Amino acid sequence: MLLSDFLRHELDLTGTHVGCEHGVCGACTVLLDGEAVRSCLMFAVQADAAEVTTVEGLSSKSEALAASNGDADGGPRLHVLQEAFREKHGLQCGFCTPGFLMTLIPFLRDNPSPSETEIREAVSGNLCRCTGYQNIVRAVQLAAERMGSEPGPLS
Amino acid sequence: MNAPHVGSSVRRNEDERLLTGQALFVDDVHLDGMLHVAFLRSDYAHARIKSIDLSTARSRDDVIGVYAARDLGDYWRPGPLLVPPPPIERLEFHQATQVPLAKDKVRHVGEPIAMVVARSRYEAEDALALIQVDMEPLDAVVDLEAALSEESPRLHEQLESNLAAHVIQEKGDYSAVVDKAARVIKRRFHFDRGASAPMENRGVVADWNAKSGELTVWDTTQAPIPIRNGLARLLDLPEAQVRVIAPFIGGGFGPKIMMFYPEEVLIPWLAMKHGRPMKWIEDRQESFFATTQERGQIHDAEIALTEGGIILGVRDVFWHDTGAYDPYGLTVPINSQCTLLGPYQVPNYYSEFRVVFTSKPIVTPVRGAGRQHGVFVMERLLDIAARELDIDRVEIRRRNLLAPDDFPHDHEIIYQDSAPLVYDSGNYEAALDKAVEKMEYKKFLEEEQGRLRAEGRHVGIGIVSYIEGTGIGPYEGARVTVEPSGTVCVATGVGTQGQGHFTSFAQIVADQLGVTPDRVHVVTGDTSKFNWGTGTFASRGTVVAGSACHEAAVAVRAKVIAHAAKALRADPGDIELVDGWVRVRTRPESCISLGDLAVRANPLRGAVTPGTEPGLEATAYFGPERGTTASGVHAMLVEVDPDTAMLKILRFLVVHDCGKVINPMIVDGQIVGGVAHGIGNSFYEQLHFDKAGQLLNASFMDYLLPTATDVPTVEVDHVETPSPHNPLGTKGVGEAGAIPVGALFAQAIEDALGEGAPEILEMPLSPNRLFELLSEAGYYNSPSQQE
Repeated sequence: MLLSDFLRHELDLTGTHVGCEHGVCGACTVLLDGEAVRSCLMFAVQADAAEVTTVEGLSSKSEALAASNGDADGGPRLHVLQEAFREKHGLQCGFCTPGFLMTLIPFLRDNPSPSETEIREAVSGNLCRCTGYQNIVRAVQLAAERMGSEPGPLS
Repeated sequence: MNAPHVGSSVRRNEDERLLTGQALFVDDVHLDGMLHVAFLRSDYAHARIKSIDLSTARSRDDVIGVYAARDLGDYWRPGPLLVPPPPIERLEFHQATQVPLAKDKVRHVGEPIAMVVARSRYEAEDALALIQVDMEPLDAVVDLEAALSEESPRLHEQLESNLAAHVIQEKGDYSAVVDKAARVIKRRFHFDRGASAPMENRGVVADWNAKSGELTVWDTTQAPIPIRNGLARLLDLPEAQVRVIAPFIGGGFGPKIMMFYPEEVLIPWLAMKHGRPMKWIEDRQESFFATTQERGQIHDAEIALTEGGIILGVRDVFWHDTGAYDPYGLTVPINSQCTLLGPYQVPNYYSEFRVVFTSKPIVTPVRGAGRQHGVFVMERLLDIAARELDIDRVEIRRRNLLAPDDFPHDHEIIYQDSAPLVYDSGNYEAALDKAVEKMEYKKFLEEEQGRLRAEGRHVGIGIVSYIEGTGIGPYEGARVTVEPSGTVCVATGVGTQGQGHFTSFAQIVADQLGVTPDRVHVVTGDTSKFNWGTGTFASRGTVVAGSACHEAAVAVRAKVIAHAAKALRADPGDIELVDGWVRVRTRPESCISLGDLAVRANPLRGAVTPGTEPGLEATAYFGPERGTTASGVHAMLVEVDPDTAMLKILRFLVVHDCGKVINPMIVDGQIVGGVAHGIGNSFYEQLHFDKAGQLLNASFMDYLLPTATDVPTVEVDHVETPSPHNPLGTKGVGEAGAIPVGALFAQAIEDALGEGAPEILEMPLSPNRLFELLSEAGYYNSPSQQE
């Protein structure tokens, strides 16, 4: 069983999406021990004993993972990167978005102040049909700026 | 006083769920006891089915059911004709719609032949290999013109030929003016297919509850209500017992409006037959065959002009590839026919097309829906005319643009919605001026281009104009309800696939009811929440459903004012709605919350005044008299490396006019996304079919979608010319970005290459194809390249 199918259909963590089943579109990207991998190209058993983080683990009511911008009404507190995607309109249909987010988490950890070119290259393995990418790039720039001032454990 | 929310870049209500992985997509639906379906699809483009043996597959322990066409009994029938042809004189149309499972013949690669039901998709797919189909391959029908020859194999035996339709539309008398023209330019143009490629493939989940007699279907459709209506009819159920939900949809771009796909008919049938929830999710390879496609056309076009570059007339004869079936009628070729006229004064027009059956996947609208072809042909003809008449490219367009006082402008032909092609409003020169100025067009040509060329760089500029018929009828509806909590609920029948309807509809309603958009909860795409509607297509969601939301909100506002005037003992004219409160303008301390007023309007005792209705709720329908005409100008600076035929887009500008802008952030996002799609269709994406009708690049490894390193930053500017056809003054925008990009690429690439450049008369290009064209034209041997 593929890791993507295991996450989605056995654990009901349906935030991870499957767009192509052959490792090109990046929608299924999750973190495996902190690094971005394509869950459609792995068997679940290969993740044995590893730590897997999906998009559901990005936003949380847990203070440790959350940015300081949670909703007053008790809604999920968004990660800085998620909040930046919302502010810069970095998503339309939102299907590819979890994959972009999970690709960008280790990228921003390793490169906290990337140039536009570096951002575009970092997400060049993720396909988006809706946005034309530019608002995704802007969201990453905004997140990098904010994360510089308040880093979180995942960032 | 509340600042209006319409017109401001309100952040989207839907984003939080999408960003946190909490949004429900069809493949996220898990039901107890759910079974999984896989389809056996044809490997041949055209073949006779001699026999199908299901017995081995059926004998597997993990297989629950295996079905071919014969097992469907009376349920097997061809799908409906979705869009009947418009009332055009002399029109010839031959209907041949898709079937649930192929019975005697297959007519394109990927056509479903049989299906397996199993406990998991893994097991269902394994069992497909055990189905034995004996097929007699027939010659494929691939070439559009050859398909109409006497010798061509015929796809549909009941028809006389592969001709699906023949249509002529005329305005004025082209043949009378062509002799008087100072210049006639004639060219042949080719357009080929691309995939819509939403990131989410299609999928259907169906659940039959025998005790309540209710069928629930989750479907990646852009048209949940027509799907519900059709399923009810097919399955002989009352419409009220069928619920179709189009939850979050991962991009539509047109093919998800097509109905009925075989799977949409079969999955509910299986769920009822087995009494178990049933799921089918298309995989990416399937989507390359099983989801509809677009864009194959050949045009023989000519334009007649005066010496001064004024258009006297256009004649266009074209062939349109509809694929194996024609369930979507003539929408795409009629869009091509009508959109060709563009923002220009064209006094005489002769347009004739033939729709051709080919043994390729079915053609239905994909973002742009035939408009690309019309724009490409017209803009290319004008570019060539400009060169031959030695008139500047922008100037020749300017001389032919319709003026702001030319509206309404009647083109005297019939549009896809069966209404006369009448443009409602426009201000085309203003958009062109803006683009010319922002791109510093003259300065680039006079100063920059030569300087760059001297440095060995081939940089060119392109500027093209286009119009888009949007926001067509027949109607949409909306219900607006103020709840006791003060939350405003909106329900509408259209589906949404990322366009931001949860926010733009909320903005429209919020302005009427004096609340913020985040207090407006919008539901789309669930037939149990709203019963009437058609769907999301033709860039019409905000225009038509948005207008219905507006009308319903206006009606609720009137009820709010009437109730508040009574409750607050004030004159209705003095009531204002501010920040969720209803108050008396002259004495604001006299107020009641919107929620409390909703409670008062729905009393548990006492009486609701005769002639009134309980609650603060209203339903409204909006049906525009005809569509509204959006327009725009795209401009680009591109650098071509002739040695590699690779491009680098240095600047990309869109000046768009969609009338009143509801949410600039969302509108610009739609435009930029459309441009990216257009860039793909112009330089990266092409579905390559061989002579046997086999698709050679059915994966994302081989079919290239543009990535973040291919799509440049797009600058967007607006001209706002309100539409007189709806209360919001808005026009559609969903497809605009994609429409003129091919024409723009052609012009800008030619300009960059300069002397010796070939005329670009086809789309899509690719580095390889551009290199071939340059080689064929002798570009590499031309004097300018030898220096």
